Amino acid sequence: MSIDRSEVEKIAHLARLNITEETLAATTRSLGEVLALVDELQAVDTSGISPLAHPLDTTQRLRADEVTEPNRREQLQENAPAAEDGLFLVPKVID
Amino acid sequence: MHKQTLTDIVAGLRSKAFSSEEITRHYLDRIAKLDDTYNSFITVTAEQALNQARMADEQLANGEQAPLCGVPIAHKDIFCTTGVRTSCASRMLDNFIAPYDATVVENFNAAGTVMLGKTNMDEFAMGSSNETSWYGPVKNPWNTGCVPGGSSGGSAAAVAARLAPGATATDTGGSIRQPASLCGLTGLKPTYGRVSRFGMIAFASSLDQGGTLTQTAEDSALMLQVMAGFDPKDSTCVDKAVPDYCATLNDSLEGLTIGIPREYFSEGLNPDAETAVRNALAELEKLGATLKEITLPHTGLAVPAYYVIAPAECSANLSRFDGVRFGHRCEEPKDLEDMYKRSRAEGFGDEVKRRILVGTYCLSAGFYDAYYRKAQQVRQLIKQDFVEAFSEVDVIMGPTTTAPAFEFGAKGDDPVAMYLEDIYTISTNLAGLPGLSAPCGFVDNKPVGLQMIGNYFAEAKLLNIAHRFQQATDWHQQLPAVVANGTEG
Amino acid sequence: MKWETVIGLEVHVQLATQSKIFSGASTAFGAEPNTQACAIDLGLPGVLPVLNEEALRYAIMFGLAINADINKRSVFDRKNYFYPDLPKGYQTTQMDHPIVGAGEVEIQLADGNKRTVRIHHAHLEEDAGKSLHEDFHNMSGIDLNRAGTPLIEIVSEPDMRNAEEAVAYARKLHSIVTSLGICDGEMSQGSMRFDVNISVRPQGEREFGTRTETKNLNSFKFMEEAIEKEVARQIEVIEACGADTMEKIQKAITQETRLYNGETGEAKSMRSKEEANDYRYFPCPDLLPVEIDDAYIDVLRDKLPELPDAREARFIEQYQLSAYDASILADEADMASFFEAVCSSSGDAKLSANWCMGELSARLNAEEISIRDIALSAEQLGTLIARITDGTISSKMAKDIFDTLWKSPDKTVDAIIEDQGGGVIADSSELEGMIDEVIANSDKQVENYRKATEDKRPKMLGYFVGQVMKLSQGKAEPKQVNEILLKKLNDLL
Repeated sequence: MSIDRSEVEKIAHLARLNITEETLAATTRSLGEVLALVDELQAVDTSGISPLAHPLDTTQRLRADEVTEPNRREQLQENAPAAEDGLFLVPKVID
Repeated sequence: MHKQTLTDIVAGLRSKAFSSEEITRHYLDRIAKLDDTYNSFITVTAEQALNQARMADEQLANGEQAPLCGVPIAHKDIFCTTGVRTSCASRMLDNFIAPYDATVVENFNAAGTVMLGKTNMDEFAMGSSNETSWYGPVKNPWNTGCVPGGSSGGSAAAVAARLAPGATATDTGGSIRQPASLCGLTGLKPTYGRVSRFGMIAFASSLDQGGTLTQTAEDSALMLQVMAGFDPKDSTCVDKAVPDYCATLNDSLEGLTIGIPREYFSEGLNPDAETAVRNALAELEKLGATLKEITLPHTGLAVPAYYVIAPAECSANLSRFDGVRFGHRCEEPKDLEDMYKRSRAEGFGDEVKRRILVGTYCLSAGFYDAYYRKAQQVRQLIKQDFVEAFSEVDVIMGPTTTAPAFEFGAKGDDPVAMYLEDIYTISTNLAGLPGLSAPCGFVDNKPVGLQMIGNYFAEAKLLNIAHRFQQATDWHQQLPAVVANGTEG
Repeated sequence: MKWETVIGLEVHVQLATQSKIFSGASTAFGAEPNTQACAIDLGLPGVLPVLNEEALRYAIMFGLAINADINKRSVFDRKNYFYPDLPKGYQTTQMDHPIVGAGEVEIQLADGNKRTVRIHHAHLEEDAGKSLHEDFHNMSGIDLNRAGTPLIEIVSEPDMRNAEEAVAYARKLHSIVTSLGICDGEMSQGSMRFDVNISVRPQGEREFGTRTETKNLNSFKFMEEAIEKEVARQIEVIEACGADTMEKIQKAITQETRLYNGETGEAKSMRSKEEANDYRYFPCPDLLPVEIDDAYIDVLRDKLPELPDAREARFIEQYQLSAYDASILADEADMASFFEAVCSSSGDAKLSANWCMGELSARLNAEEISIRDIALSAEQLGTLIARITDGTISSKMAKDIFDTLWKSPDKTVDAIIEDQGGGVIADSSELEGMIDEVIANSDKQVENYRKATEDKRPKMLGYFVGQVMKLSQGKAEPKQVNEILLKKLNDLL
């Protein structure tokens, strides 16, 4: 399966990555190379094989329902690019 | 002083041959003097290290028994450290200071280690040459025109140049073993789930595993002893008793069956590297092991499967870097979408963006079954190969890399050439098995490694084999000329 | 053409756990922004989720309550999209392997008919934060306190045919989750939110029309309005373009997400979110499959609290309530247990039911508070009712006393009766005195009474009764007043 520029633009939008017109061709080409590599998978017969999502055959551990995290807002917001009145600020959200 | 192993330093501190402050200062001085050349550290925490060292000295004076009390080490800059920048070698996190410690860091702190600083790496651990770091490439101390490998290139170069006696690292597709091979070190990637991933910035969650880069297997045992163990903060961390890794280092190798997968000695393998590996295997035979040829038939599919699974996971793992709560935000975004797109485009380097795009593509509507599901099925086949092999053999061995360290820019613009660098290491991650690389010879005056793959949770066995091998050989004691003859200071 | 409406609901229920689904931060409502959003909720680099067992238990309890299959193996997936209130850039949810499989609930309609609504599945997921659109220099503020609050999303089959059924279904779910104690049911706080899928088709048609989804409705009233308006809109759109085949009907409606504003009564299309969403679901590698066994489920089944249907049947049987009264009182666990406590304290089920459904409910509605938050105790109300049944006070007086009690819940019923000058005046000599006084001061009315024909007189009696009640400050026992009055007035004839 090869990938074209419009598909690259579509996935770049899904991934929220700006791609400039200048880099689009190069990106399309390098993605094409990677996809050619992974396309080797298509030749394998995997019928009846269950997909493996985790290397170990283990199950989810459960946590007791306890409040263990105190309010650390100030510290946690020190890394924020923009915050005011305890809120993270972003360009206006339009529903 | 810097030629000491971690084990030597532990002994030296206990016998009061030197203080933690002395040894720490020694390494800090070396870093200050030499790291302009290697670029192995992103952040050096000199002041903090000396404070930790002084505290350790007090504790040692009071008979403190913490296993690594006062021992200086370096942490890969992927492990979060309270109050010290954790960048993951990305512009995205150039200003990020985590308000928490990774569990690995916490464990080392509890064991009394002194942190020299945070080591350089491929951005978000994506790369095999350490050329993708926002902070510039790391140079291989054996040949500064060559890469140290990646993604844990900074940790590897720092230990190889003896700027630190040992370092933490992470391995998603070979990121510990490949740089260990290229830098002449012992690199251990434990079983998936053996070491907590909490606070270790995720690249591909089902593949990432923390481990060690050290001079010897014995040092690795000391460090793993501290790192390994259950962590209630990581759902994928396994609640299983941690054995005493040092206790079995000297066990006999008599009766050990070593599986030699024929797929690991394929066309692409450098003949001299193959000779080094064959010689190492012969050495192990002398120590009582038997070699047995085996087959891991799906090996050739590991790289393609990996380059679906790892990018898919990373495409979601890296969505949190959106410029909202932390990390890079572009200047004057004109709207929300512009903020997302420019912040991420500016904050991430090309390789990271490439993998996010590949992962996004493989998961997108209409492609999930053909790529993601298919890759997970192939992953199952690869795991089954190993399960079958381990019914016949105790350990699997082969080369870690196809060749010694390559020159900067050698893999050019071709991402696939770089991806194939991990051809022998990647299946171990897909299966979740432990793997170790130990130095086994030189090609063009550059080290190459012998890879050992163990069964699940068989770290002690790998360390035992590597230790016995290192007792019988001296490849691990070789130093880069500049470090050995002290011409670099 | 006659149209049939088809409605399916996706209901988000916030689970009443202490801590978040994947972190140890508090879920309490109403805290200062971001004070209950820890590093995990904020999706800081390197943090990892661990599942809250109580959230899992609550989801299973819901499944048991609707007779659903509980999946012994369930899997968390990531749903990928960017939004500032979604810290990780994906929502952790369950796509292919939800914890609760197919089940059903029975709803009762106003005409007494019952219907079954099938539930496709219910899954566990995390809530998102909130975007506040107050003007911060033309920016939005993000509060992530709600991020990571455990939710179950209950997805129905398209089994409802009008707003009444949809509301009855929504109320039934409310009743079930509050009875189970797995949700506080506070709609105004967003504890339950409804997404309504609506389509219309010609009566008798088997194929579905194109559906729209009206999101995030948080009151039954708004839901009802939104459905009615959307149905009307769709029919209007279809009729306006003269669509006469199913294909044309389907084409006439745009599949879209809509937002209904309950305050203005207006709905709008969220076209800004219309861009082809591709959520790229895949299993979350940070969480492992959840596996439970029969024993685990059985323990929960054994501890399952009484459900609304069973309670309703019991109320009819135990308290001899009418089906209607029983259905109202048994609906909400809190009201039901309050009623039962009132009953045991008053000893009169019928009167207790009337008071709970009447005066008490009216007061709760007027003040928009929950029965859990009132200061008045069931014992106090029970005593008040007991004073009616033992004749100490009249119903009229009881209402005044209830009023006082409501405002001063620290007082006892008997003390209030005492304060207000005692109970009912049933002493005949005292009443006779008052009646004599009224008659003496009502010459004109007495004269009219005498002149009136026999059939008019009973109506005229009202005036005298009123005067006596006034004089007695409402405490005169009405039946006795009537009897004595009648006798005395007739003596004057």
